[in-house]
Amino acid sequence: MNDSPNRIKLNLSRPDFTLAVDLTLPAHGISVLFGSSGSGKTSILRCVAGLERASNSLIRINGEVWQDDQARLFLPTWQRPLGYVFQEASLFEHLDVQHNLQYGLRRNKSPTAGAALSDAIELLGIGELLKRRVHQLSGGERQRVAIARALATRPRLLLLDEPLTGLDYSRRQDILPWLEKMRDELRIPMLYVTHSADEAARLADQLVVLERGQVLAAGPTTEVMSAIASPLAAGEEAGALLQGTISERDQQWHLARVAFAGGSLWLRDTGLPLGKKVRLRVLARDVSIATEEPSQTSIQNHLPCVIESVVADSHPSQALLRLSCGESVLLARVTRRAVDTLGLHEGKAAWAQVKSVALIE
Amino acid sequence: MPLSHEALQAVWVTLQLASLTTLLLLIIATPLAWWLAHTRSAWRATVGALVALPLVLPPTVLGFYLLVALGPHGPLGQLTLALGLGTLSFTFTGLLLGSLIFSLPFAVQPLQHAFQALGTRPMEVAATLRASPLDAFFSVAVPMTRAGFITAAILTFAHTVGEFGMVLMIGGNIPGKTQVVSTQIYGYVEAMQYGQAHWLAGSMVLFSFAILLGLGLLNRRNVRVMP
Repeated sequence: MNDSPNRIKLNLSRPDFTLAVDLTLPAHGISVLFGSSGSGKTSILRCVAGLERASNSLIRINGEVWQDDQARLFLPTWQRPLGYVFQEASLFEHLDVQHNLQYGLRRNKSPTAGAALSDAIELLGIGELLKRRVHQLSGGERQRVAIARALATRPRLLLLDEPLTGLDYSRRQDILPWLEKMRDELRIPMLYVTHSADEAARLADQLVVLERGQVLAAGPTTEVMSAIASPLAAGEEAGALLQGTISERDQQWHLARVAFAGGSLWLRDTGLPLGKKVRLRVLARDVSIATEEPSQTSIQNHLPCVIESVVADSHPSQALLRLSCGESVLLARVTRRAVDTLGLHEGKAAWAQVKSVALIE
Repeated sequence: MPLSHEALQAVWVTLQLASLTTLLLLIIATPLAWWLAHTRSAWRATVGALVALPLVLPPTVLGFYLLVALGPHGPLGQLTLALGLGTLSFTFTGLLLGSLIFSLPFAVQPLQHAFQALGTRPMEVAATLRASPLDAFFSVAVPMTRAGFITAAILTFAHTVGEFGMVLMIGGNIPGKTQVVSTQIYGYVEAMQYGQAHWLAGSMVLFSFAILLGLGLLNRRNVRVMP
């Protein structure tokens, strides 16, 4: 594997849509392309795969150039070492699971391809499905087989186009752990398209926020998530992402303490071992502000912080605050009246009270 | 012996003609149907209409023009004469050429519909799994549109067996060469040999019914489509 960053520079003009992006993404981990429909996230994936042809573009993955319009180079899809997981399960109905998995394998000249397939079967836990016909699989199983089929070709880049969208909530919860496992165990970079802030928070190492074919923000997930100018901050799901470690357990009250750069939070003990690295998602609507250290309150988590900025929220009654707690950032949604009565402004020291925290890993 | 020697000869010529027409048409119609199903060219409508023309034209019209074209003064006739092949009118080859044109829509249209229903996604999936376009066509598109191929083959075969007007025009009803079942029946009726005509006509009814029944059963088994 080559550690040079992947470069994706694309220009695509359609009568009703223009895409212009220039991304440099790390050679490992999941890069999430986040945006609403029409933001161009799927077009980016299709152009990277060569299923659509962008003009004036440069695509360099793992040190290999797949497209360079200045050099008049364009590899057709089938010559690009990639894996693609489509939104809907796209298994071949005329083949059983085993032959679906072997389809790409047989066309791969690599001597280690066979090992790649058994690794993929094990990684995604589909060993028992091999003899089944495609129509005998559940939606979640189909998507796992499709992911394994893509992995079996030993791709240099895995492209996932909203792989969970067609699935109901519980099926989604079935697949997410497999995706997390892939992120942690594989050294293949992944481009993951989604419109769900939850999936982005859970999976992304790098986050790219798109709107109408343009990049609004790109960078490490914790930074992009807490940038209040981004559309991620506009909805009900606005919130910050913290990366921490389980560092203490309170047996009596069944609580666990997660320490992160700049403080720590107590949350429900779910049995995770000490030292386990976790992600915490703190929604802006679950954070309130006090100007003195709160004492007589049921809220167990409060952190000293400094107000970094105050901006108007989507509704005129609300304001969104960006707080720095040591090296970490929290977002808080409060009423503008509270901003006024408490005299909240940039640079003011305050206390953030955290009503609830979601442990997402 | 219910069927006379000349009737059996007509059956043999018919089977040869229908089989060859079916085989050649599947080879010709597949790329044509693929193009019609996927092209965004402005010529799509024109080509589609030309392909469908034999559906609406009286067979005698086609037969007449072919006869003229294949004759010694027609463009095709001059070509075959220049190539040293003689003229093709009143020969089995001429008959085959007529059948190919006459049955073209019966091969193209089921295939075109099957390719359209298949959509572009399976071919895209195959490309992301390293299959070249030709490889993907044979390993994905053909097996997934199997029912379309079978329908096209059966319809072409049956339609060729059933043609009459054009055969009479360009074949000339020569026993052993261009006399087929449908023209043989006509000959029996003209000669008032109703017994012979009954046997041959009855066989045709059974044959046609068996084909349509088989087609119906086949389509019932293939109701599953790609999501």
